[in-house]
Amino acid sequence: MQLPYAATARPDTGVTNGKLGTWLFLASEVMLFGALFATYIILRVGATHWPHGAELLNVPLATINTAVLITSSVTMVMAWASCAQRSLGRFRLYMGLTILLGAVFLVIKYFEYAAKIHHHLYPRTNTFLAIYFTLTGLHAFHVFGGMVLNAYFWGPGVRLWRENPEWFTHRVEHAGLFWHFVDLVWIFLFPTLYLL
Amino acid sequence: MAEVRDREVAAARAPALHVPHEEALGFWRKYVFSTDHKVIGIQYAVTGLLFLLFGFSLMMLMRWQLAYPEQPLPWIGRLLGDSRAPGGVMLPEFYNQLGAMHGTIMVFLGVVPLAVGGFGNFVLPLQIGAPDMAFPKVNMASYWCYFLGGVTMFVSFFAPGGAAQAGWTSYPPLAAITPFWGQVLWLVGMVFLITSSLLGSINFITTTIQLRAEGMTFFRLPFFVWAQFVTAFLLLLAFPPLEAAAVLQLMDRIAGTSFFMPSGLVVSGQPLEISGGGSPLLWQHLFWFLAHPEVYVLILPAMGIVAEVIANNTRKPLWGYRTMVYSVVFLGFMSFIVWAHHMFLTGMGTTIAGFFQTTTMIISVPSVIILTALFLSLWGGSIRFTTPMLFALAFLPMFGIGGLTGLPLGLSATDIHLHDTYYVIGHFHYVVAPGTIFALFAGIYHWFPKATGRKMSEFLGKLHFWPSLVFMNMVFFPMLIQGLAGVSRRLYDGGAMYTHAQEVLYWNKIMSFGAWGLAVAQLPFVVNFFRSIRGGEPVSRNPWEATTLEWAAPSPPPHGNFERPPVVYRGPYEYSVPGSAAGYLPQHVAAEH
Amino acid sequence: MDEHALDIKKHVRIYITVFVALLALTLITVAVSYLHLPKVPAIALALLIATVKGSLVACYFMHLISERKLIFIVLIFTGIFFTGLLLLPYFTEMDVVGR
Repeated sequence: MQLPYAATARPDTGVTNGKLGTWLFLASEVMLFGALFATYIILRVGATHWPHGAELLNVPLATINTAVLITSSVTMVMAWASCAQRSLGRFRLYMGLTILLGAVFLVIKYFEYAAKIHHHLYPRTNTFLAIYFTLTGLHAFHVFGGMVLNAYFWGPGVRLWRENPEWFTHRVEHAGLFWHFVDLVWIFLFPTLYLL
Repeated sequence: MAEVRDREVAAARAPALHVPHEEALGFWRKYVFSTDHKVIGIQYAVTGLLFLLFGFSLMMLMRWQLAYPEQPLPWIGRLLGDSRAPGGVMLPEFYNQLGAMHGTIMVFLGVVPLAVGGFGNFVLPLQIGAPDMAFPKVNMASYWCYFLGGVTMFVSFFAPGGAAQAGWTSYPPLAAITPFWGQVLWLVGMVFLITSSLLGSINFITTTIQLRAEGMTFFRLPFFVWAQFVTAFLLLLAFPPLEAAAVLQLMDRIAGTSFFMPSGLVVSGQPLEISGGGSPLLWQHLFWFLAHPEVYVLILPAMGIVAEVIANNTRKPLWGYRTMVYSVVFLGFMSFIVWAHHMFLTGMGTTIAGFFQTTTMIISVPSVIILTALFLSLWGGSIRFTTPMLFALAFLPMFGIGGLTGLPLGLSATDIHLHDTYYVIGHFHYVVAPGTIFALFAGIYHWFPKATGRKMSEFLGKLHFWPSLVFMNMVFFPMLIQGLAGVSRRLYDGGAMYTHAQEVLYWNKIMSFGAWGLAVAQLPFVVNFFRSIRGGEPVSRNPWEATTLEWAAPSPPPHGNFERPPVVYRGPYEYSVPGSAAGYLPQHVAAEH
Repeated sequence: MDEHALDIKKHVRIYITVFVALLALTLITVAVSYLHLPKVPAIALALLIATVKGSLVACYFMHLISERKLIFIVLIFTGIFFTGLLLLPYFTEMDVVGR
């Protein structure tokens, strides 16, 4: 059953179902990460000693990771633009780059965590590390989820491109919204944990 | 003649829906892993009812202990085994498990899945004239997520150390030092349930905005749809912080973090080997940020059902429909900024307490407006005292008591005396039990014919209603009395060890008999429900002569709901319209002339 | 179709501009952190830069600048509740009896 306004926008609201659904999902994610930022605030104001980010964390590595994510956001939006311009080849190039950059992010994260463990810095060591690991861990989990979603559109999902390229373009745009959101969270996460 | 022409024009404008052959789907895809909102709605409703029964049973065990402290439980005592009830006498730890899981199960596995997952899923697409929900596969996923959460919660009873036993509120540090598996499974179960709710809420909001039929403007929506719409926003935005909090408590349990563990904790004489520096109040903030809007999730669908049943059975429009809509939207907004009235006794200063008292008093206004409008809707009506109407009518004063008893809790000066007493339990049970659950019964009797093509028995319905009303009050009113006398909640002995409680202790036995009586009073309902599925009086599309769109579809509706997408010409409650042939004008029927 | 293609080309130019701006702001925010400003200005500046970066991502990569009113309404209410979630527990912690 093809439901109304799945692939074309409803005239009075101006959006497709998927566009609205994606933004609603992102709204819930804002509240999810919001709770963790609220946690950060409460833990920090209640702490007798709160380390400066640079004391315990690797700022240069995280700065590189910030650049990686920002770049991946650009490749993601270029992937969507390629769909809009009906170029499957360029779509796969840019989407592939986006997935690759996501992987780079996670690999760098792995090295960060490994270094912490090596220096016996665990979530249980203090509340700063607890919120650091949890916030970045949940974020990394979202990066991974985004990669899986993007990989689906890069791979098996391309089937839809042949049937209905416009709907496929919409779905890539929605995947892009999720990916940009993940970048956006990091944009706030990075200064909060590493620079303050 | 013109009427016929109008209908033909309307039919031509609305193309026939492509309905796939149902025979092509096997048993599993049609009834178990279905993406049809009606099947999913029934799955939610049946599972929800089963959990309501289970949660109710847990409470009936508790009421034995409260009526006859330290007496062996007849028959069941032996079955519980030595780890829970040695010699048939319930252990305090087991009593606490019953308490924590009764609350959790009733709220998260019973009422909300039935009210939102069940009624919302089944009725909402039909009432807006849609063929299904906007995201049918997501809908199916949300049910199975709920199911997994329910199984996780159920299984926790059999874990070493038993189920969660730190209250449905799971406050650390207590929740951090109770037996491991019960609490961890509770947290994991909550993650499943919250995910299910989030997926569902995205579906409800998108569907209501995007899939309304032609002519179905927002102010022609039945109040039930508005109530579900606002509820979905509460679920969408208030649940994630609790999901985050559950993850944090899991980290405290599994990774040894101290999100909620303060420094210097000593347990059983031993200082805990943790970093400390955490905040138990942080959990309370994150928990109540959800749990306050959650209580509106519990009541709003109920108000929606009562509105539909009252309009239909008074044969007149709802009084103040627009005002009710503005009220319910305002209520939804306010519900996000009142939560710390659950935390007045945490050492809160007067400024911030003043803020939360103010918002709490303000939020009582839209509630009163909605209840008043529902009462006023009865004035001048031709009331049909059918079973759904009886439950809907009883809802009004019962919710009234529940709401009014909330006022002294919302003001911190009086809350000092009443917080964590039986008064609180009496207050919220009045709202949820003879409040919401009565409304849910009204909904079942009202929409059963639409879902099955058969009516439930009126006689058995009344046999269900009257004793239920009596016993509900017998169980919950004395709680208000005991609470005012100072009897604390969550006491294994029901207050027996406290001198200030002695004068009101006798109510324990009365309440327990009320609870067991209430259980017996549900038997006519169970019999009625199952017998009517095959043996009830067969009905046509619109046995209640109702105006809303779901009654334009066949009973039960096929996959895709409507033969042709309906077109809406008027508001939802055009009853007793002068000059109308049938005495009422359904929303989808073109003008008569 | 030609107009549509031109449209996308204009968008691509905007994307590249935003990309450069984001990288620059990242370097700026890291550089500022080495100044070791006192706590309140440090937090305010870091959050300000982050907000600018975030707005660029939201407006241009997520197309919010040309998005429908409906989406804005959802986001504004989300923003209000997000702010409440961040501030109200903090205010409650700050206003304690006896302190």
